[in-house]
Amino acid sequence: MSLPIKADEPITMDTFMEGVWRQNPVFVMVLGMCPTLAVTVSAVNALSMGVATTFVLVCSCFLVSLMRKLIPKEVRIATYIVIIATFVTLVDYLIQAVSLALYDALGAFIQLIVVNCIILGRAEAHASKNPPFKAVINALGMGIGFIIGLFALGGVREILGAGKLFGVSLFGPDFQPWVVMVLPPGGFFVLGGWLLLFAWLRNKPAKAEEHTHG
Amino acid sequence: MGNESLSQIFIGTLLTNNFVLAMFLGLCPFLGVSGRLNTAFPMGVATTFVMLVASLCAYGLNLLLGYFHLEFLRLISYIVVIASSVQLVEMVLKKYSPALFRALGIYLPLITTNCAVLGVALFQTAREYNFSQSLVFSFGGGAGFTLALVLMASLRERLQLANVPTLVQGTAMSLILAGILSLSFMGFAGLGGGE
Repeated sequence: MSLPIKADEPITMDTFMEGVWRQNPVFVMVLGMCPTLAVTVSAVNALSMGVATTFVLVCSCFLVSLMRKLIPKEVRIATYIVIIATFVTLVDYLIQAVSLALYDALGAFIQLIVVNCIILGRAEAHASKNPPFKAVINALGMGIGFIIGLFALGGVREILGAGKLFGVSLFGPDFQPWVVMVLPPGGFFVLGGWLLLFAWLRNKPAKAEEHTHG
Repeated sequence: MGNESLSQIFIGTLLTNNFVLAMFLGLCPFLGVSGRLNTAFPMGVATTFVMLVASLCAYGLNLLLGYFHLEFLRLISYIVVIASSVQLVEMVLKKYSPALFRALGIYLPLITTNCAVLGVALFQTAREYNFSQSLVFSFGGGAGFTLALVLMASLRERLQLANVPTLVQGTAMSLILAGILSLSFMGFAGLGGGE
């Protein structure tokens, strides 16, 4: 099979699914940890953070991809950061206008989307080498993967830490909440737990193979 | 929030509200460079320096932007300032300590995208700290970051000698370790009169 030039590869399902599953930013690449752990005390916060990040990710990847032939190589990182910062400022003002409560809950972490490694990583690794449409599809996949990751963390932490999901009580009034889960250490523990689960799932088929052959 | 004493701010950022372990800022280098003690400490010092410079510049910039009513440019100008001060540190290190420069590798330019640095600039603006408060805040933040990094690196060096199941090795174990560290740092809560 001859190797096609990478930029001309057709858009396949994998362009999209790469970010959702195989290269999931939270569980596989462990990128963008700061917002991931800081805002995931509840499912609602986690989801809105995910959506905000995805919006910035898709828009910046689109713009970077459009301008990929115009940006000189030496200043590309600085250019990407300025593009990303522009969209983040947009989102920041948008959230402030739509829901002040949410803005207060997320706090400075909306502005900290700028330094989320996922976005810069995508801009550098994918969008700068591919046509706009493909870049957007890929960015969307990554964003959805990020939302899933955040939701998995936020959901678990809210269920265990407050006994609720989306503010709806799950276990009745007798439930004793695990307060540690909504505190900072809980974030580390839950993410560690998820990573363990995924490592175990990935190891299982390899182990089974060993047993049949060995 | 603008009237805390300097020692309160310092103890607060160093221990009670440690940037890494309580506020989740700067986790990428925390997990990435904390493998060995002799790279962890210089990394912490470099980051502290960038934080100080960034905090100074951010303070000046904020006054300037406020004067011209250009607050919406705050984020963009902060990030440009941080990127250039990282460039400065990079050049200095490359000239005076090439070995260290190579050891830090990709994580040196990545200080630019270290949330802790931008976090310092953003938080000092949000809390309306004055000049000396900002300076102490950024120095405490940097010292706290270095402390967390050094503690983590020492723990991980110890763990290399331990018999750990293969499944847990790698990021998962670092995270659980960080969780335990964070749990112990919560014992400092209430110190320095914060919260």
